Amino acid sequence: MKQFWALIRRDLRLSFRQRADSLMVAGFFAVTVILFPFGVGPEPGVLERIGAGVLWVTALLAALLSLEHVFADDAQDGALDLLLSSPLPDSVIVAAKIVSHWLTTGVPLIILAPILGVTLQMPSSSIGPVMLALALGTPTLSLIGAIGAALTLSARRRGVLLPLIVLPLYIPVLIFGVGAIDAAVMGFDNSRLYAVLAGFLLISGALCPWAAAAALRAARL
Amino acid sequence: MHALANPNRFLKLADAIQPWAVGICILCFAIGLPYGLVFSPADYQQGDTVRIMYIHVPSAWMGLFCYGVMATGSAAYLIWRHPVANMAARASAPVGAMFTALCLLTGMLWGQPMWGTPWVWDARLTSMLVLFFLYLGYMVLGDAFEHREQGDKAAAILALVGSVNLPIIKFSVDWWNTLHQPSIFSMEGVSVDTAMLAPLFLMVGAFQSYYVVVVLMRIRAQVLQAKVRSARLLQAAE
Repeated sequence: MKQFWALIRRDLRLSFRQRADSLMVAGFFAVTVILFPFGVGPEPGVLERIGAGVLWVTALLAALLSLEHVFADDAQDGALDLLLSSPLPDSVIVAAKIVSHWLTTGVPLIILAPILGVTLQMPSSSIGPVMLALALGTPTLSLIGAIGAALTLSARRRGVLLPLIVLPLYIPVLIFGVGAIDAAVMGFDNSRLYAVLAGFLLISGALCPWAAAAALRAARL
Repeated sequence: MHALANPNRFLKLADAIQPWAVGICILCFAIGLPYGLVFSPADYQQGDTVRIMYIHVPSAWMGLFCYGVMATGSAAYLIWRHPVANMAARASAPVGAMFTALCLLTGMLWGQPMWGTPWVWDARLTSMLVLFFLYLGYMVLGDAFEHREQGDKAAAILALVGSVNLPIIKFSVDWWNTLHQPSIFSMEGVSVDTAMLAPLFLMVGAFQSYYVVVVLMRIRAQVLQAKVRSARLLQAAE
């Protein structure tokens, strides 16, 4: 457990020193969201209606954008080989990588989302549901994404392959994430949708580190 | 099962099965197609469009079946390094993708007159579309590595990860209130008359034996390819 936290601390420190990942993801998220008012027109009714979907789809793409770096940077400088040859179980190492990926890319999205929601004319009552739905959903995105990142680590044309593999698996999170926000905006009880999102998180939390570790071993030969 | 891990022994068995499968396939198509498309009764509500069912249902079944083979074969490959299981999985993918596409297309053709729209975003259609993308991802990932074995393993893991989608597709019509009708096979028995069921089963048999024929051919091609490859390597080493 101590090594687990040490690994996360190391990754966080690396990402803070470089500052690239979090800023890039947050910037991509913001810029892409503000494209929509220009794309579909600034009428408040339209924007309010599609706001939840726009936030979620863009968050999905932003998370996808940073997935390539979950393992690739460490694989490039050899740190990943060292980590995998340590006595720590591979799945624990992968879990630490996933947690730090979520902390550096998921959390900025959650913080940024309500502000961008305001620019999409979403009502202020939606701030809580937006943050809660993203907080429950984005860790799942990191977990599932880690499998894709591990599978494609040494593949050719990784940039195209990764979305093809990962995005279909993101669809359930997207459906229930958007549903939770929409239900809250329309004033329905959405606790069941939160429960589904939390269920996705628990299931993928139990299975994904394990699968991603297997993928990492397989893809490295 | 382990006896079949030897490709040569498997090919012998495949040679024995192949002519039977070809025969059953031709026979089932020869009877099933005219029976279903011309001679079976029209539905009292849907009229003649119900005949799309004789293509749509078997191809949907095959889309799921092929993924089942793919996932099982991938598991056998990852656990026991079973080479033929992996070949069967790799061979099933394009066939399954084709059946899934056929199912989606016939579904759209059926949806236009029945629902008034070729596509609705309900659970059954969406999960079937996801299945199609899983097939695509599997095929592309398998060929994206420099070392064949890397691709085999990576694709096998993806197949296992994607198998969570199978129960979702199967039960999507029961779990959610969808426009797609629920299965005609349920605990209370079958909700379709024998005059429609017979051609349906014939078509399922035809599709299934077509699958056997094609997959055996593809596996044979893979075995021969592997042999050519190792022969070339030997040649180069000399």
